[in-house]
Amino acid sequence: MPRFPSLRPIAFSLMAMALGAAHAGTVTVVTSFPKELTDAYKKAFEAANPATKIEVLNKNTTASIAYIKELPAGQRPDVMWASAPDAFEVLARDKLLTAAPEVKNPHTPARIGNYPINDPQGLYYGQALAGYGIMWNTRYLAANKLPVPKEWSDLARPEYFGHVAISSPSRSGTTHLTVETMLQGEGWDKGWTQLLEIMGNCAAVTDRSFGVPDGVNSGQYGIGMVIDFFGLAGKYSGFPVEFAYPSVTAVVPANIGLVTGAKNADEAKKFIAFTLSKDGQQLLFDPKISRLPVLPYADLKVPAGYPDIQAVAKKAKVQFDSELSESRYQVVVSLFDQMVTFRLKELQAATKAIHEADKKIKAKAGGAANAQAAELLKQARGFAYAPLVGQDNVKNEQFLELFRKNRRDVAVSKQLTGQEELWANKAKSNYAKATELAGQAAALVK
Amino acid sequence: MAADAPARAAAPRFRKAGAGWGAWTVAAAVAAFLLVFLLVPVGLVIFTAFVDETGGLTLGHFANFFDQSIFRESFFNSLIVSLGSVFFASLIAVPLAYLTVRFEFRGALLIQTLGVLPLIMPPFVGAVALQLIFGRNGSVNLLLDEHFGFKVPIMDGLIGVTFVESIHYFPFILLNLVASMRNIDGAMEESALNLGAKGFRLFRRIIFPLAMPGFLAGAALVFVKVFDDLGTPLVMGVTNMLAPQAYLRITSVGIDDPLGYVTSVLMIAFSIFALWMAGRVTKNRDYATLQKGGGSLQRRRLNGWESLLAYGWIGLVLFVVLAPHLGILLMSFAKVWSFSVLPDAYTLDHYANVFENSQQMIGNTLLYCVLAAGLDVLIGTAIAWLILRTTLPARRWLDYLASIALAIPGLVLAIGYLRLFKGVDLPFTDTPVVTSWVLIMLAYAVRRLPYALRACMAALQQVHVSLEEAAQSLGATRWRTVRRVMVPLMAGGMLAGFVTSFITAAVELSATLLLTSSESNAPMSYGIYLYMQSVSGRGPGAALGVLAVVVVGVGTWASHHFAERTRTPERAAS
Repeated sequence: MPRFPSLRPIAFSLMAMALGAAHAGTVTVVTSFPKELTDAYKKAFEAANPATKIEVLNKNTTASIAYIKELPAGQRPDVMWASAPDAFEVLARDKLLTAAPEVKNPHTPARIGNYPINDPQGLYYGQALAGYGIMWNTRYLAANKLPVPKEWSDLARPEYFGHVAISSPSRSGTTHLTVETMLQGEGWDKGWTQLLEIMGNCAAVTDRSFGVPDGVNSGQYGIGMVIDFFGLAGKYSGFPVEFAYPSVTAVVPANIGLVTGAKNADEAKKFIAFTLSKDGQQLLFDPKISRLPVLPYADLKVPAGYPDIQAVAKKAKVQFDSELSESRYQVVVSLFDQMVTFRLKELQAATKAIHEADKKIKAKAGGAANAQAAELLKQARGFAYAPLVGQDNVKNEQFLELFRKNRRDVAVSKQLTGQEELWANKAKSNYAKATELAGQAAALVK
Repeated sequence: MAADAPARAAAPRFRKAGAGWGAWTVAAAVAAFLLVFLLVPVGLVIFTAFVDETGGLTLGHFANFFDQSIFRESFFNSLIVSLGSVFFASLIAVPLAYLTVRFEFRGALLIQTLGVLPLIMPPFVGAVALQLIFGRNGSVNLLLDEHFGFKVPIMDGLIGVTFVESIHYFPFILLNLVASMRNIDGAMEESALNLGAKGFRLFRRIIFPLAMPGFLAGAALVFVKVFDDLGTPLVMGVTNMLAPQAYLRITSVGIDDPLGYVTSVLMIAFSIFALWMAGRVTKNRDYATLQKGGGSLQRRRLNGWESLLAYGWIGLVLFVVLAPHLGILLMSFAKVWSFSVLPDAYTLDHYANVFENSQQMIGNTLLYCVLAAGLDVLIGTAIAWLILRTTLPARRWLDYLASIALAIPGLVLAIGYLRLFKGVDLPFTDTPVVTSWVLIMLAYAVRRLPYALRACMAALQQVHVSLEEAAQSLGATRWRTVRRVMVPLMAGGMLAGFVTSFITAAVELSATLLLTSSESNAPMSYGIYLYMQSVSGRGPGAALGVLAVVVVGVGTWASHHFAERTRTPERAAS
């Protein structure tokens, strides 16, 4: 019978010849960390342990979790290594992490500030520290004649309109921590007002955390709200950027953990222990990596001018409360997306109108008309920058519970989408109202 | 089969191949492939959209979806951007195709090859490079600001997405249109000329309508591709479109939101609807012409000012559409490039880095993509033949099913594969399927199948069935007819399909990310992604991007060259 030739025999022979299975003595590490970092650890570890090979699998945090979850025990990678603490929480909840207390380095302090460096349940371990702050492009600021910002509140000033960038907290665990830090540092209501004022000045809310430092490095954005090593690595790689910690910051660890059902648990533990050891920690000072070790600086050779994270943590105003953060995680990210990420254009328009009215009023102080204009402007700010969920609501267990329920339940999903729809509409109409009021205020000024 | 032939020749009018068992076998093989590697894996994942927490069936999630104004808004934004992109992509592609096919043109081959390059925009690097050229503080805007005191916000919002999508996807129209214009019978044009049609009228009334299957195939691809594209809106920070909404909901850490899957289901449904519409337009018309051959359309010379205008236009278009590649090239040599028109200093270190660390990835990319594209053309030709040359019941459904792949997010397909093949070993080995590169290759083949399929369909639509009838009357079996008459005549379109599948597979990222299980199996797109995650990786990432473009570009050029050479003897003979 005449038939189409089949590719199958070819495919089979190719399969047979090209498949090099992972042999014994290989430790597979799933990580969201960049290649320079993983390459440095791979080289150093393999040099010290020639019998063991490190195979690095780089995936973003979401893909890493899906990958580990979908594989059967025994075929999973051995080590998970990433920044976002929530990723480890998810894995721990699904019983995909195994405790390995013997890997811990006794020199590692128990806490940084008020935050425990290792997971209290012992399922994952702090491997490097990170604080949050502001990075800026010096050429960009010079070209636009902008002063250097020092505190988060500076970023709300009119001169920074359209120059700031952040990534969305629902996408980036590190940004969520930044946002949560501000909310804990300033209090819920005041924190949101300040956050929304800054967001009104944002040029973009990026999808990836790395989108922000990348944009600042290349000069697309002037100022970014980022995790410290993004700013420091840019600076030490020669880009015209600087980084500083504002006083409202929190220092939290990036983590490493042993995956349950790993192929090669013994050697995996050796690798984890190496990353926590003195030699492993010293690698973090490489200019391309520029991360902050968990070991005290006294144990290590620290390059000159390197930020002293312990001092930053001591000075930091916020004692980060991870339980509070965890309990309202869904509310914060969902509210942020509905009020900022999906409504950025409207928020920008309102902020622009408010800045313009404010400028006019300040230029011509005094007079009854101006007093009225100032009142209108105050109302406009009230509409634009008030959080849609009040302080009391976010402490209400019933309200929080709704966001933790299973979204597959149609009724729950209906309630949730109803809530989100409410926020979305309210935000949109509030921003429109604020724009209108600010416009009226500007028109009143003679 | 040979016994059939006389009976068929005796029939008053050539019967279509009918529903013989050969046709059934081919149809069953294609259907099985689609079932195992597309429908079942995807079904396993999007099932979530239809069940509640207890596993019972429900449509409640769909009701919830339509209650949200953000989704309605996203839907219209996606629609507007898609239509806008088809329009602007046509503006770029139609003149390029017409000028290079119809006129004696120095460098026509080069232009057609360069015109395909935009499809090979490596993920992340392409968008970053475009920002560096056209972004708010990119080279163009910095120059404009310095000399004229204004900036063009072409990379902002929906306009920005439309701009990037148009210059990224117009090659779909270009490739298909060129293939179909080459297939037009020169006699048609001569008749029109004899009857007095000239210039634009000739183009509008004769050439363009005859090339319609190619144009529509390309335009439908652009529409669906833009409608489902995720990367561009995300990188440009536009979230009020359907694909980003679905993605954001599926991939937020720790949430498994059914509304994300509902969005995927609706996107799939709408994409199929769009393709069905495009299919309807060409369905009841006859585009087939009898004579074949690239030389059959006359090529004319342009006079002085005409060629000046033509070269000027082509130069401008090529500058705009190749800007991302220019940007990548500069990035790959740049030490530091920040807030300036050009980089501060240049270096070769990035290439040294890439050659030292990433050689294997280049080989992997070539292997996976050639296999995937080959599989695509094979299946595409089979489906085209089944639909156009047989009377199997419900044969059009094969087309619709294969086209679903266009609308499946890579992430969904990849998760589906991991679930379906969990615990299955490759035949004759102990290696689990999920850790082998075979899945990556199959994911490429399935995701890029619709491209090859559209091209093969368009090609076969233009082959007049009487040529095959003639072959069969002369005693050729059906298989021999396919092999010696049909396939050679549609070779141009098949090649266009192969090239499109090959080059778009080379830059696939979303499924690659999830299915890559070790660095030794990783293709280049994975390597580029990896590099682009860090400050010091931008240079090497861009260098790898340049290599990807060069490798794929050379492949494209070679296949065009091959096509031109196989055409030449035909011309001499005719």
